[in-house]
Amino acid sequence: MPDTLLFAMEATLNGLTAGVMYALVALGFVLIFKASGIFNFAQGVMALFAALTLVGFQSGQIPFSHLINAMFGTRLHHFGWNMPTLLAIPATVAVMILLAILVERFILKHLINQEPIILFMATIGLAYFLEGVGDIMWGAEVKALDVGLPKGMSDTVDELTFNWFGYGFFIDRLELWAAGIAAILVASLTIFSQYTKQGRALRAVADDHQAALSVGISLRFIWVLTWSIAGIVALVAGIMWGSKSGVQFSLSLIALKALPVLILGGFTSIPGAIVGGLIIGVGEKLFDFFMQPIVGGATENWFAYMLALVFLLFRPQGLFGEKIIERV
Amino acid sequence: MNEQGEAMRDTDANEGYVTADGRKIGGVAMEMKNITLRFGGVVAIKDISFDIRWGEVRAIIGPNGAGKSSMLNVISGFYNPQEGEIIYKGYRRPRMRPYQVARTGIARTFQNIALFEGMSVLDNIMTGRLHHMKANMFQQAIWWGKASREEQENREAVEKIIDFLEIQHIRKTPVARLPYGLKKRVELARALAAEPSILLLDEPMAGMNVEEKEDMCRFILDVNDEFNTTTVLIEHDMGVVMDLSDRVVVMDYGKKIGDGTPDEVRNNEEVIKAYLGVAHD
Repeated sequence: MPDTLLFAMEATLNGLTAGVMYALVALGFVLIFKASGIFNFAQGVMALFAALTLVGFQSGQIPFSHLINAMFGTRLHHFGWNMPTLLAIPATVAVMILLAILVERFILKHLINQEPIILFMATIGLAYFLEGVGDIMWGAEVKALDVGLPKGMSDTVDELTFNWFGYGFFIDRLELWAAGIAAILVASLTIFSQYTKQGRALRAVADDHQAALSVGISLRFIWVLTWSIAGIVALVAGIMWGSKSGVQFSLSLIALKALPVLILGGFTSIPGAIVGGLIIGVGEKLFDFFMQPIVGGATENWFAYMLALVFLLFRPQGLFGEKIIERV
Repeated sequence: MNEQGEAMRDTDANEGYVTADGRKIGGVAMEMKNITLRFGGVVAIKDISFDIRWGEVRAIIGPNGAGKSSMLNVISGFYNPQEGEIIYKGYRRPRMRPYQVARTGIARTFQNIALFEGMSVLDNIMTGRLHHMKANMFQQAIWWGKASREEQENREAVEKIIDFLEIQHIRKTPVARLPYGLKKRVELARALAAEPSILLLDEPMAGMNVEEKEDMCRFILDVNDEFNTTTVLIEHDMGVVMDLSDRVVVMDYGKKIGDGTPDEVRNNEEVIKAYLGVAHD
């Protein structure tokens, strides 16, 4: 087999796993957009905040310690113990649920029946607020996140592909795990929305607020529920991205990468988010692989946006989105 | 005895009456007392009082803009009146949100159809039974114990309604694909699935052709017969209403101008004026 083909195959595989990471972020957007029609700009920051909180809990950091020290002249930093990961994750989930309750209580409740653009602006505000709170609460330095997921080259894939093609593919084990976890996440979200009462209520609210009220569904409860789930998805994304490249404030920018994924997959489709993520991931890697000799690389930064632009021209509702029909 | 029956005895069972076709109408289910509803400076409902009795078909009629829909929205909690009170099942109803009202056994349909367009007919009707489901999220997710039993019961109840309204052939069809008349019927099915104490229908026949109207009339009467459902409906088509209802409230410009049996209302001078208009000299 020619080397170029093998390298392209390796790039495709890497693209698929990278795509899963994008899809994880996009998933959180889709959940909130479906249930409330809000494009939640703060989704990326929520992933960052969740990861910061998880690391903080794990390392026994005292929240707001800088602030407390500055005000009272103390020298607090750590509780002096480390929380095991199995305890820190549920604790972080609890924080994300609390965040969902606060968002509903202080933002959404007051903006019922407002234009989507107003809600969108509110989530931009939330994004900056949350970034600031994350900073004050846990400090701004880059932190390593380790929840015990394996890292580095997967020997199994390397060996297998070496035996088949005489060339071992490099795949990061962390990304393989991410793919597995994303699959479990999507499966459980699907089961939840198809087979539980709350899932059915959630779909109902996503479809028609008035009708949902008339069958006895509380919109406020459903919003808290949606934002909680989006918070948990953000935590998963935060864990994956944090384990990969450290928990740092640039993490909130992955939200921007999710945007082309959403334009491709459609804002309202969970499978769309996954497929969109995979297409962007693979497209990015392959485009870079083939174009590198010509343009000298660094195409990964803009390829996704260009692809999104092409989609906006020819299929603005995305691959799986609901077709926009204007009745006159 | 069901909830309705008990409430009937609790309130004033003796005050009921028997209709011409021999149906027994019970005591007062809901009483509206001096309801006034304002939107800013506009008065949509002016000091209106009337009652709804168990088992009857009660119509609210009036020309366009008379405040009929506002009245229905007050009953279903979508609007909260500035003045007046609502006595329901013998108790004064506190200020409630629409979803809370729905949980007290008041189901409704909408003038311009509010269905879950993305879901199948069956799923739409199942949402009507949401507050009949008590199993927790975890049990439901793994389909275990209480959850599977409940789902079974709910499915049976829903299937009964589907049979009743003759929509078996479209059970799995996404609602968005249905014609208007069938959508209206699915909306009625969803409201019935909640096994409501009071069923509110906002212009159930609006925009239908003659055949569809006849079907809908038949269903409304059959529902009342079969499930003994107390029904409140809004229409501006006089003919339809007179055939359907036991008692009629007539509204015009937010005020009540008539209340009684179809015959009484038909001969009421003010009602004739409102509908036919009179020459002002």
